[in-house]
Amino acid sequence: MQLKEAPSATREMFYAEALGDALRQELRRDERVVIFGEDIAAHGGAFQVTAGLLKEFGKDRVKNTPISENGIVGMAVGAALTGLRPVVELMYVDFMGLAMDQIVNQAAQNRFMFGGQARVPMVLRTQGGSGRGNAAQHSKSLEAWVAHVAGLKVVMPSTPADAKGLLAAAIRDDNPVIFIEHKLLYRTKGEVPTGEHVVPLGVADVKREGSDLTIVTWSREVLFSLDAAAKLADEGIAAEVIDVRTLVPLDRETILRSVRKTHRLLVVHEAVKRAGYGAEIASLVAEEAFDDLDAPPKRLAGLETPIPYAQHLEKSVVPQVDDIVHAAKGLVG
Amino acid sequence: MNIARDTALELYRVMGTIRRFEQRAEQLFGENKIWGTIHNYSGQEAVAAGVSAHLRDDDWITSTHRGHGHCIAKRADLGKMFAELLGRETGYCRGRGGSMHIADTSKGNLGANGIVGGGIPIAVGAALTAKQTKTDRVAVSYFGDGGANQGTFHEGLNLAAIWALPVVFVLENNQYAETNPVRDAFAVEDIATRAAGYGMPGVTVNGQDVRETYRAGGEAVARARRGDGPTLLVMDTYRYGGHYYGDPQVYRSKEEIEEWRAKRDPLAIARDWILTEKLASPADFDRIDTEVDAAVERGVKFAEASPPASPITLPEDVYAT
Repeated sequence: MQLKEAPSATREMFYAEALGDALRQELRRDERVVIFGEDIAAHGGAFQVTAGLLKEFGKDRVKNTPISENGIVGMAVGAALTGLRPVVELMYVDFMGLAMDQIVNQAAQNRFMFGGQARVPMVLRTQGGSGRGNAAQHSKSLEAWVAHVAGLKVVMPSTPADAKGLLAAAIRDDNPVIFIEHKLLYRTKGEVPTGEHVVPLGVADVKREGSDLTIVTWSREVLFSLDAAAKLADEGIAAEVIDVRTLVPLDRETILRSVRKTHRLLVVHEAVKRAGYGAEIASLVAEEAFDDLDAPPKRLAGLETPIPYAQHLEKSVVPQVDDIVHAAKGLVG
Repeated sequence: MNIARDTALELYRVMGTIRRFEQRAEQLFGENKIWGTIHNYSGQEAVAAGVSAHLRDDDWITSTHRGHGHCIAKRADLGKMFAELLGRETGYCRGRGGSMHIADTSKGNLGANGIVGGGIPIAVGAALTAKQTKTDRVAVSYFGDGGANQGTFHEGLNLAAIWALPVVFVLENNQYAETNPVRDAFAVEDIATRAAGYGMPGVTVNGQDVRETYRAGGEAVARARRGDGPTLLVMDTYRYGGHYYGDPQVYRSKEEIEEWRAKRDPLAIARDWILTEKLASPADFDRIDTEVDAAVERGVKFAEASPPASPITLPEDVYAT
């Protein structure tokens, strides 16, 4: 009799649901995990990620807080330093500005400043991005702010399965992790393992293989890039799409291996181009794989404006599918 | 409240150690052996000594940029403190933190803090851990009148109050936020009245008399330990030195400093009290002073004999693995 490995069970889930599944998995697994934030308890969070958790775990582990971003992030730092594993939710990444001292001067640096005496195992869950008409104070993509700070890890999942697995890994990590979801991904669907699912931080995922150019991207632009790759295929261009998944730590090897194969790099992100994280990836490739390139590394990213309100204006400032197709053709052609 | 002889002498010893440590640190700074900056706690010794006397090693504190006193009162090792100031491998933070970031997690000291008011919500988080894990541990957050005007004060006190967390907020009103006098930074005379706005007790304490700080600290810590929630203690105190070593201090007069030193010195007040109540003799003080001097000198010797911190291992402490 031949033994076959049982396929792990999966179920189609929304991205928001998959995140909730990860929280449930970790709350069950480790009693040190506590979650808190604004409107996360009875209301289930502004995007319904924490729906149902209050009922299962009670108000000591699923806590609503006042609107005090710096206070609650600081509370997470203190709780993490003393033995809990807090997951704190900031409703919008734009609100990080209110909590930046605790994120940068405290969470990120405590371990280093204390000569390795402390660990700060906390996750700051938040969401960013445009596309819902929320205008400039609720639509930014601010990953570059935190990717710049030594001591933080930065995670930006694009699919429901990654969302679950990466959040579980972030909660189990002994460092402060900034976990940035995207508001327009919450209602996207995908197959997600129903059992324990952990995706290690620092491992990129080749979401589509190709040989003509490498598109490196993350978050919602992964979906746009995959759509663009399908269109490019119709025109005979084979694009490889790499979802970095975690900006810090960055899986440099997967990016370099791909570029050495395709000889062309296009980095796509929603955040503004100037001093965006795409510059980091373009520089990495220029420094490490210059001789493998057949064209200069190219970045396609948000315009250098705040995010506008009106729907057509909002779309005009962040890369859309056709923009990616156009940029890719320019690079290959 | 009657304070027994042993406790009284221990309070005096802790205050004397802080005073002597700061003198020695300034001397080392003057000899160019300390890099960066240091902030002298002299004048405020009764606050840290009186409150932290009620804390166990598994209780937590958060401290400030003026943190040497809090650290010593939480029973830190003087040698490791001096070694940190001198940038040695044996320092509390292996030379990564310096004066403004000394932490000793083995004694529950969650660190000095270079950000004014930065430690307040961290202490609230520690208190959340105490409550969540169903222990009777408490957290004390030391901060100054400057810290009391940060948003973290408002957010932190409110969070602690709504969940009745076991934390004591110790506001050291040393009369100046860096160079800005308290009268220019608060529209209220009595800062402790702010506590009412958060639904917690607020008590103004003579921060120069260790009997008072010990009594008020004891009540607030006991209240937190019982699960009855947070307290705000406003300690009226005075900073003998400038904001930092070398501060020209144009914002206050020499007479003012001399008056506090002459009439309200915490060590002199403690001596008077202990002698008046015949808890100890002048010979006891002489013995303690000699022991304190020796302990501080041992600390300096240890630090000076230690190797400089190694840059090779620097990246190790950025992320936990």
